[in-house]
Amino acid sequence: MNTLSLWFHKFGSPPTFYRLSRLLCPWLFAAACLIGAVGLYAGLVLAPADYQQSDAYRIIFIHVPCAWMSLFAYIFMAANAFIAVVWRIKISEILAMTSAPVGAMFTAVTLLTGAIWGKPMWGTWWTWDARLTSELVLLFLYLGVIGLYSAIEDRRQAARAASFLGLIGIVNVPIVHFSVNWWNTLHQGSTVRLLGPSRIDASMLWPLLLMALATHIWFFASVLARSRTSVLEQESGKEWVREIVQAQGVRHG
Amino acid sequence: MTPTRKRRLIMIGAILIAAAAATTLIVLALQQNMTYLFTPSEILAGKVPDGARFRIGGMVKQGSVERGQSLTVAFVVTDGDGDMRVEYNGILPDLFRDNQSVIATGSMQGNHFLATEVLAKHDENYVPRDVAEAMSKAHRKHDVPVEADKPTP
Repeated sequence: MNTLSLWFHKFGSPPTFYRLSRLLCPWLFAAACLIGAVGLYAGLVLAPADYQQSDAYRIIFIHVPCAWMSLFAYIFMAANAFIAVVWRIKISEILAMTSAPVGAMFTAVTLLTGAIWGKPMWGTWWTWDARLTSELVLLFLYLGVIGLYSAIEDRRQAARAASFLGLIGIVNVPIVHFSVNWWNTLHQGSTVRLLGPSRIDASMLWPLLLMALATHIWFFASVLARSRTSVLEQESGKEWVREIVQAQGVRHG
Repeated sequence: MTPTRKRRLIMIGAILIAAAAATTLIVLALQQNMTYLFTPSEILAGKVPDGARFRIGGMVKQGSVERGQSLTVAFVVTDGDGDMRVEYNGILPDLFRDNQSVIATGSMQGNHFLATEVLAKHDENYVPRDVAEAMSKAHRKHDVPVEADKPTP
């Protein structure tokens, strides 16, 4: 066995995963809060007002990072779902299932802040244009995965069934991303581009990227924290869980 | 890789390809059907069925906004090739102004468009106010006939 697959097996083993995530979680949460606080201050206070939307554009610093995360979380979930369905690795099943509620929350925040932004700028809370509709479908896909996972009694069977649903839903991700190019939408096109210059001034871009970094870290912290509980629950009765519980009991007792 | 895993991998791959193909077909089919808006020149070319409720999209023509009594307003929407007069009675969004992209919902009444809702579309550019002013000043000075010359670069 080469080093990579050895590492993979080691990290994929529940006790190692539990210990590693317990070690990482507080640091990740702290980093996300710190970077997020700096990003929010820079975005809401330091960044200059927009020429067209003046101060109302500042909701971008919440809306856009959350929108990116709604897609990123889905890709992360689908990648883990793929491993879960093909290789049946327990940690992947857990990671896929725990990233669904986090992704759903990011999607909900995106839709909500978008509506709050849309009312003063566009003149409407909601319109059935391609970008808004496909983002709503993304929320329903997340809710479907969460619902299916909770509906089946056996945790591992539930995870595989829900993984399958999530995997098929991946076709919606490019639709959300490219909807503004494929159709005439009320929603404007992409501002920040990986290829070519971004359509945003540098003084507004860096707080946006800080917020994106903070939401990414928050996502991983949140998924790890949820997965840790899930691992304990599913592995209850195993020897390593008993050891941990006993150690905790000694500390508290 | 064990045969079972290989079988699962092939099965998942096939299902994903099928789902992607189905979605592509749906997207392509919707492309012709799902027109969020028509431009004035498309309307003048007769692409809109008679009496249909639809959306018109384009720029508010410079200096064409006429405000009537109370909330009544009329303006010309243009896409460069064609102009269409739009009449509306209601509250306009904050971003409504000359040269702004707007999308109005309503129907044709005679040779003008009677709107029941007017939405403003903003672009993907975010620029600090002083930079935008400096840029448009520079463009005017050097007589650059680009879209950046209007208040919405």
